[in-house]
Amino acid sequence: MAIYLDHAATTPIRPEVLEAMLPYLTEHQGNPSSIHRSGRRARQALDEAREEVARHLGAKPREIVFTAGGTEADNLAVRGVAWGASAKGRHVVTSAVEHKAILNTTAVLERQGFEVTVVGVDRYGRVDPDDVAAAITDRTTLVSIQSANNEVGTLQPAAAIGAMCRARGVAFHVDAVQSAAFAPPTPEAWQATLVSLSAHKLHGPKGAGALYVRQGTAMLPQLSGGAQERQRRAGTENVPAIAGFAAAIRLAYRDPMDLVPLRDRLIAGATALEGVALTGHPTERLPNNASFVIDGVEGGDLVAALDLEGIEASTGSACTTGSVEPSHVLLAMGIDPQQARGSLRLTIGRATSQAEIDHTLEVLAGVIGRLRGLRAPATATA
Amino acid sequence: MSRIVAAMSGGVDSSVAAALLAKQRTEEEVIGVWMRTHGDMPEGSELSRSCCSPDAADDARRVAQLLNIPFFILNVEREFGVRVIDTFVDSYLDGATPNPCQACNQYIKFDELLKRGLAAYGADAVATGHYARLEHRDGRWRLLRAADADKDQTYFLWVLDQDQLARTRFPLGDLTKPQVRAMAGELTLPTAQKPESQEICFVPLGDYRTLLEERRGYAGDPGPIVDADGTRVGTHTGYAHYTVGQRHGLGVALGEAVYVREVQPATNTVVIGRREEVAQHTFTVDGARFTAGEPPSERFSASVRIRHRAPDVPAEVTMVGRDRFLVETADAVWAPAPGQAGVLYDGEECLGGGRIARA
Repeated sequence: MAIYLDHAATTPIRPEVLEAMLPYLTEHQGNPSSIHRSGRRARQALDEAREEVARHLGAKPREIVFTAGGTEADNLAVRGVAWGASAKGRHVVTSAVEHKAILNTTAVLERQGFEVTVVGVDRYGRVDPDDVAAAITDRTTLVSIQSANNEVGTLQPAAAIGAMCRARGVAFHVDAVQSAAFAPPTPEAWQATLVSLSAHKLHGPKGAGALYVRQGTAMLPQLSGGAQERQRRAGTENVPAIAGFAAAIRLAYRDPMDLVPLRDRLIAGATALEGVALTGHPTERLPNNASFVIDGVEGGDLVAALDLEGIEASTGSACTTGSVEPSHVLLAMGIDPQQARGSLRLTIGRATSQAEIDHTLEVLAGVIGRLRGLRAPATATA
Repeated sequence: MSRIVAAMSGGVDSSVAAALLAKQRTEEEVIGVWMRTHGDMPEGSELSRSCCSPDAADDARRVAQLLNIPFFILNVEREFGVRVIDTFVDSYLDGATPNPCQACNQYIKFDELLKRGLAAYGADAVATGHYARLEHRDGRWRLLRAADADKDQTYFLWVLDQDQLARTRFPLGDLTKPQVRAMAGELTLPTAQKPESQEICFVPLGDYRTLLEERRGYAGDPGPIVDADGTRVGTHTGYAHYTVGQRHGLGVALGEAVYVREVQPATNTVVIGRREEVAQHTFTVDGARFTAGEPPSERFSASVRIRHRAPDVPAEVTMVGRDRFLVETADAVWAPAPGQAGVLYDGEECLGGGRIARA
């Protein structure tokens, strides 16, 4: 059995979650928009899920829009509000370390004539609220900043940014996809207008997510069709996945996990190796994230090598068919492009044991040595 | 447990090679690897279907899934860019004819992949879908022609040394192409019916001139085309656009077929000649390497091949120092092109070779 250290990518479905989903894949197969009995049963599941999710966010059920996942929630938030408020202004502000679901969406807006300001970060990947404040103009309609970074785990000062957005009358979107597994998203404390969530990051199924939309927010739907989700997201709801999402979020906060000691053991062990440096903030980071840059290795090679030793990890950045574009997050933090190629992200989870951490550290040391043995002569002859 | 890397291009040959290894069910673990050699080609372009496209990666991955072997993508863009693409371009600028498949074998498949495969995957050997055979006899590895003479690829493999040959497998060496296709069909590999790739994988539609401009800013500078006497008979678009032996695209009409005989970068001149003027009895080869590590002797008989699929010609080979040799043939060989390989054979065995030097 492999040691799974890629919980930031996705998490295993818990048995209770699967159990909550199964009836809607079998006996209660109705469409929640149908009038008849099985439709009503599906509708009930959907309503209950919406209440469950809303409850954990301190929100009203009507403020929850179910989507097919985090990316769709981000798209709906950014495009939906940018266009929904376009009569007021066409300027959005975001940060250089956002997920591609945000940055590639604001890039589309830019091509459509919007003005986009991307604020930088410090060497830990943190956004300075003053930079956001300075970027806001009277044409600004939306600020989008994550609650925590998916690659390096750094926590962002969402509440400080939110307070400032509130004062300036600008909508504030928080991509909370990565942090929601560890603490309930708090639209109220963040003063957020919009919050994105994804089920599969907190032991729920893939294919379900949600966008919190504060009541009264003008938003242009991104999918047109039927009147589902109060006409904000057309299409038959993925009832089994949404039921699983609700079960997952309930369980997530019922028995919280304390991953910090294991995470810190992993960080201490890895950074004790020569040429291994922690990326992201040393303390203000997600409790499950240990991410590094490692001198003299190629991240993709390292992850493949670990896999063959039974350890499932990640380089941290999304890679498409083997391209080695260094991570935009690491570059934004001022890390040298060459060094950024040696990125490794280990994200622990509920089931991770200390023995697994210790074994991983042992294997990591050996594999890094093997990979560097290759690199040294190659550089010498180049 | 030992591991072996199966280099998978997404084509039928390397798919069957990987399948043969995987089906052997030995103690050896097979790791499927597709190498990314350059960036994505635009969707819809000719190369989006070639061996280095994302489509090819998809095909390779599907085959690996069917064979139930791990599959990774290895990025060799940097190495391929310098060792293969830049060398290719510089070869034209040097007035020579490039040999990119050989460079890819020499620097990428049997060097970078072997080294990275060892480091990243703990593999100590690499298998490819080349048509060639290996035999260990009298204390050393011998590179032998493929059973399918029509598909033999030893012309591109002569650069391998003993250490590389010892860590290499050619599972297709004893098979013919029709047999390989039939096996792919039996195994229901998705690549069974893929057409043969003929083009150079990084040159769209064979248009290398664009590449010269992109990589080295060479747009071409018109200059003289002269005959054997030095008489100007036409104008060319830039010396690097021509290679020895070329017949078409010269734009000169002398009443008989003429060919490029020599390309002179220093004077931006292209020299042409009649068919018999382009043939030669002697030529020099440098950068010599022998699979055995050294030549059989200072002077020996061998057959020589000067381009892929050209017939072998009996020759006398004389070493000139350590890494140069002179080739003398009884019958003239047609247009030995600087930059192409001169590869030596003793019967079935490929002895080694080198790069044909400027006359």
